[in-house]
Amino acid sequence: MLAEITRQDTRAERTRAELAQQTQVGEALVRGLVRAQLALALRLSLVVVIGLGGLPWLFAIAPSLGRTTVAGVNLPWLLLGVASFPFLIAVGWAYVRLAERNEQDFTDLVQRPER
Amino acid sequence: MGNDFVVPAIVAVTLVTVGIGFYGLRLARTTSDFLVASRAISPTWNAAAIGGEYLSAASFLGIAGLVLKYGVDVLWYPVGFAAGYLALLLFVAAPLRRSGAFTLPDFCELRLGSRRLRILATAFVIFIGWLYLVPQLQGAGLTLATVAGSPYPLGALLVATVVTANVALGGMRAITFVQAFQYWLKLTALAVPVIFLALQWQADGRPAVTPPDGPTFRAATTVVVEHRATLTLPDGDIQEVRPGDELTFAAGDPVPEVSGVATDASDWLLPSAAGNDDRGLFATYSLILATFLGTMGLPHVLVRFYTNPDGAAARRTTLVVLALVGVFYLLPTLYGVLGRIYTPQLLVSGQTDAVVVLLPGAALGDGTRGRLLAALVSAGAFAAFLSTSSGLLTSVAGVISTDVLGRGSVRGFRFATVIAGAVPTVLALHVSGLDVSQVVGLAFAVAASSFCPLLVLGIWWRGLTDVGAAAGVVVGGGAAIGAVLVTVLGPPLSGWPATLTSQPAAWTVPLAFTVMVAVSVATRRRAPADVAATMLRLHTPEALRL
Repeated sequence: MLAEITRQDTRAERTRAELAQQTQVGEALVRGLVRAQLALALRLSLVVVIGLGGLPWLFAIAPSLGRTTVAGVNLPWLLLGVASFPFLIAVGWAYVRLAERNEQDFTDLVQRPER
Repeated sequence: MGNDFVVPAIVAVTLVTVGIGFYGLRLARTTSDFLVASRAISPTWNAAAIGGEYLSAASFLGIAGLVLKYGVDVLWYPVGFAAGYLALLLFVAAPLRRSGAFTLPDFCELRLGSRRLRILATAFVIFIGWLYLVPQLQGAGLTLATVAGSPYPLGALLVATVVTANVALGGMRAITFVQAFQYWLKLTALAVPVIFLALQWQADGRPAVTPPDGPTFRAATTVVVEHRATLTLPDGDIQEVRPGDELTFAAGDPVPEVSGVATDASDWLLPSAAGNDDRGLFATYSLILATFLGTMGLPHVLVRFYTNPDGAAARRTTLVVLALVGVFYLLPTLYGVLGRIYTPQLLVSGQTDAVVVLLPGAALGDGTRGRLLAALVSAGAFAAFLSTSSGLLTSVAGVISTDVLGRGSVRGFRFATVIAGAVPTVLALHVSGLDVSQVVGLAFAVAASSFCPLLVLGIWWRGLTDVGAAAGVVVGGGAAIGAVLVTVLGPPLSGWPATLTSQPAAWTVPLAFTVMVAVSVATRRRAPADVAATMLRLHTPEALRL
């Protein structure tokens, strides 16, 4: 039992050393993490680009949308002046959670080399 | 004006700023204390400090003024100023903190190992910092002139002196407490009066923001024109007005159409439509690009990230900042909207930037309540000038002391602070008539076309080389700077040339990215040998470091 744990520790140590010495295995692990984080950031930017970036275009091609009122206020004012801020915060919150999960996965991978 | 609460309120804000600075001074001992506050600052304090530093004259005064003047199209300013933090969070926050870089020049050297690129980055930090400082000082001069009737240079000199002395003596630890305090002050200074203004609007029988016959004066008004304009009077007469001209209107008179202002209700209320206004759409997208991507390249924003203990904390701090500035940006729009009802004379005088400080008095009258709220708003405006200029000055002085003077000592930092503060003060005293928000927008465009591609490609792309980075910064940033100079100093333009120079980001940002990637690919042998080690450091959690 004790020997088992020691062996696992040694393997974890070796993976850490592989990271630090930039062996091919370590290099591949880091590349995977960078790619996962970049893909996450790009996916969430796409959400913002469509959600907010589409608005000027939408208002331009469908001017009637600008005249629609909700509770006496024109829709563009509500979308830009109020709704955009919670939307941005929600995207940011999702990013922090998912980015931390990616890092946790990476840490698990490094510390449990059998997987 | 004759509001006897305003001057004491401004003096109080200034004294508290200096007082907290002095309190911090006793804590500041070593150079590292001065520059990075020893990284012993909690995330909440840090986030409030970042928010306090970020919400400048452009946010506090400028947005409301723009909304009053142009309407719904300029709501992209507050949205973009907030969204800039999301871009920063997604692409830069954690890796930048893990890189250990304290300033943008540090990042260039760490990532690409090039002294020359470092010098180039230093030049851009100083340019952007000064470009951003001038409108802060101008805003201070104009506000003090508006609310207290003082000569214009007094406000600018006051803010410049207080900030320079405070930064030189207290360094960044002091600044952190000052900035955090000033975030909450700015939020209060807009949030409390807006409640009273909304109640007043109810009590007045909810006057329409865009009455069918156009805006009218609610009371007899004498307007002193501040900016040259062409007025179209209701009877069809056209009148040229110059600064100093006085116009008198009776209660119920319609507001004349002013050239360059969305006086017409539908222009103001509705987004610019396709077909009739392609340039408007281009300018909107350009503004979105500049503000979304420019925030990460502002020197005073990045310095703050070093005060987080690790990458994960940097991410969480950024999220809190996004929430804090998001809450703040709900407010200036309301001032601009209510300004259409209560202060239409500003459309004629051209002094729309003053709407936030004049609205409480105009809507609530000269009673004690109106004067107290006007004083509170003025105090908040001063907090905005003081905090943003402090942050900018700290970072400009930081790069001057380490990269130009080449000394890391406390004395060197103090000397650098005086230089860094003197130049924009002189500029602010001699250049007037610049629109606060426009200059700030240009600073964002320069940052978005120089440091944004450098940071994003440096953090995520192994192929970036020093030559590629320098080429991208020179071409993209240089094009944006050229556009700034043409807009500020050049002859008045119209049509597409005016749009392309006053909102340059939509062409300069893609240009910077393209040049940076193309030149890096062409010089790929120059990619640093240690790029794998750098990537490991930027992206892996600190817990795994050996």
